[in-house]
Amino acid sequence: MSGPLLELDGISLSFKGVKAITDVSFKVGEGELFAIIGPNGAGKTSIFNSISQVYRPQEGDIRWKGKSIMGQRPDHIAGMGIARTFQNIELFPHMTVLENLLLGRHIRMKTSWLAGALWLGPAKREEMTNRRAVEDIIDFLEIERWRKHPVALLPYGFQKRVELGRALAMEPELLLLDEPVAGMNLEETEDMARFILDIRQELGISILLVEHDMGLVMDVADRVLVLDFGQKISEGEPAEVQRDPAVIAAYLGDEAGLAAADS
Amino acid sequence: MIGVLAQASTTDFDIFVQTFFKATALGSLYSLLALGFVLVYKSTQTLNFAQGAMALVGAWFLSLVFIDWDFPARWLPGPNWLHWIIALLVAAAMAAVMGMAIEKYTIRPMIGQPLFSMAMITLALEVILRTISFDAVNLTTRSLGVPWGTRIFMLGGARVAWSYIAATAMALLAFVAIWRFFKTRMGIAMRATSFDQEAAMAQGINVSRVFSIAWASGASLAAFAGVFASMSPWPSGGTANRDGAFFVFRALPAVVLGGLDSVVGALVGGMIIGFSEIYAGQYLANYTGVLGVGYQQVIPYLVMLVGLLVRPYGLYGTVEVRRV
Ligand SMILES: Nc1ncnc2c1ncn2[C@@H]1O[C@H](COP(=O)(O)OP(=O)(O)O)[C@@H](O)[C@H]1O
Ligand SMILES: [Mg+2]
Repeated sequence: MSGPLLELDGISLSFKGVKAITDVSFKVGEGELFAIIGPNGAGKTSIFNSISQVYRPQEGDIRWKGKSIMGQRPDHIAGMGIARTFQNIELFPHMTVLENLLLGRHIRMKTSWLAGALWLGPAKREEMTNRRAVEDIIDFLEIERWRKHPVALLPYGFQKRVELGRALAMEPELLLLDEPVAGMNLEETEDMARFILDIRQELGISILLVEHDMGLVMDVADRVLVLDFGQKISEGEPAEVQRDPAVIAAYLGDEAGLAAADS
Repeated sequence: MIGVLAQASTTDFDIFVQTFFKATALGSLYSLLALGFVLVYKSTQTLNFAQGAMALVGAWFLSLVFIDWDFPARWLPGPNWLHWIIALLVAAAMAAVMGMAIEKYTIRPMIGQPLFSMAMITLALEVILRTISFDAVNLTTRSLGVPWGTRIFMLGGARVAWSYIAATAMALLAFVAIWRFFKTRMGIAMRATSFDQEAAMAQGINVSRVFSIAWASGASLAAFAGVFASMSPWPSGGTANRDGAFFVFRALPAVVLGGLDSVVGALVGGMIIGFSEIYAGQYLANYTGVLGVGYQQVIPYLVMLVGLLVRPYGLYGTVEVRRV
């Protein structure tokens, strides 16, 4: 396949007349690590929700491997191989780490609920396969010691990791990460950056990353799109984007952004 | 009870034992109904007030399959009890289909509406189903063809109805099945959906399917409860009729006491209500002058009230989870 994996074409989304996204287009190629940055309220999460079809953009088209996915159900989008994490962690807090990751295997499991309830042979074998896949992810993300803990008891940084693990458990082709390092300290951020790079390199998964500060993005992304008030103001390689006067202007006064851009 | 007292050989202890089995059976029936209610509430946040009517419809279905159509016996050799069990499963499957249809055509279009509107819809369903099934069951005497009929066995001096044992076994089976189901792919999906639909969908979970399965299970559980509650020596005496519906409607206190969203709560709540109702009926019978006739039917509500004063979300209910 030669075309882009994911393509947004002139997407506009508004809520009761308030515009959240205005005419945004971009493409994510296979194996690419594409980042969207922009201040809070720029419309980054809305773009994710549009891709997931939780929100329905009024204009434009979203294509996955060349085919429009507009109007599909969110669970179908996930089934196509698009996994996501949420800005405010949306794990299932009463369930253990293991169970949360097993949930990520939902689309990979096929036995009927009846066979499952009766605990028939195939259901049992399937569960074993899935448990192995989940254990691999647990090793990869270095969360062995939390396996059997209810997620609610984990420190914030580890919850973020579990959510990443749950998305990985789906064996996606594209991973949507909504502010994966928000609220993390320096060490946690570096760990997460390492995981993100490994996911792309070792697992070959394409990544669409959303961040509000530039630090992480400039280090890891192949290409960056800058969003402000729902509009694209710049797109290109990290170094290009950093020099773009429009970007500098948008981030003026946003000291965190400027500092990150300078480094 | 009068018949029992007339037995000269029956000791106080025997009466206690008899009462114990009866209470366990009633508790089991309440637990079954509560379980169906909880499954539906957990996954679709709908208070299903039609649970009682669904139970009656389930009993009616069994009568249709087993007596009217004589369905299993026509196709299969084998003993009567086997045919009856097959007919029971067919009736439960019919109830499941009914549950799915109800979900699809009345509940799903209302998703996102306030809890109150949803509850009003199920109340309307209760009235409709009850009217339909009353008409249906009143035309003829609707026997359920229960294999063990009115038979009892003696445990020491205590007389125990086989129906009590059957009801208890049925509830036990149902709880084990649900407990196992919750560990399967679909079961985990259901627990996830009940907590956070958006995150569940992001895992590729078909939320409508989860709702559908929840309503199907709820309706089958109601059907089982309806059948086992309509046996002798319960008031319906082995037929599907009005008594069964009213009887079954009293399961609501069990649900509220246990907690609307807790499977364990359904079991414990059902048992507590069943035991208080039956033991109060047995041992306070001499005080009807003070308490009034039929006082034991008020007991479930009293116990529920006291329980709610202590724990407003029920014994095992989740305190409104606040999401940040
Ligand atoms: N469900 C919604 N209803 C109404 N407005 C929304 C909704 N979701 C997002 N918005 C609005 O869209 C704009 C973009 O929000 P969002 O996509 O969350 O930005 P970001 O993720 O970049 O911080 C904001 O003005 C926000 O208030
Ligand atoms: Mg956001």
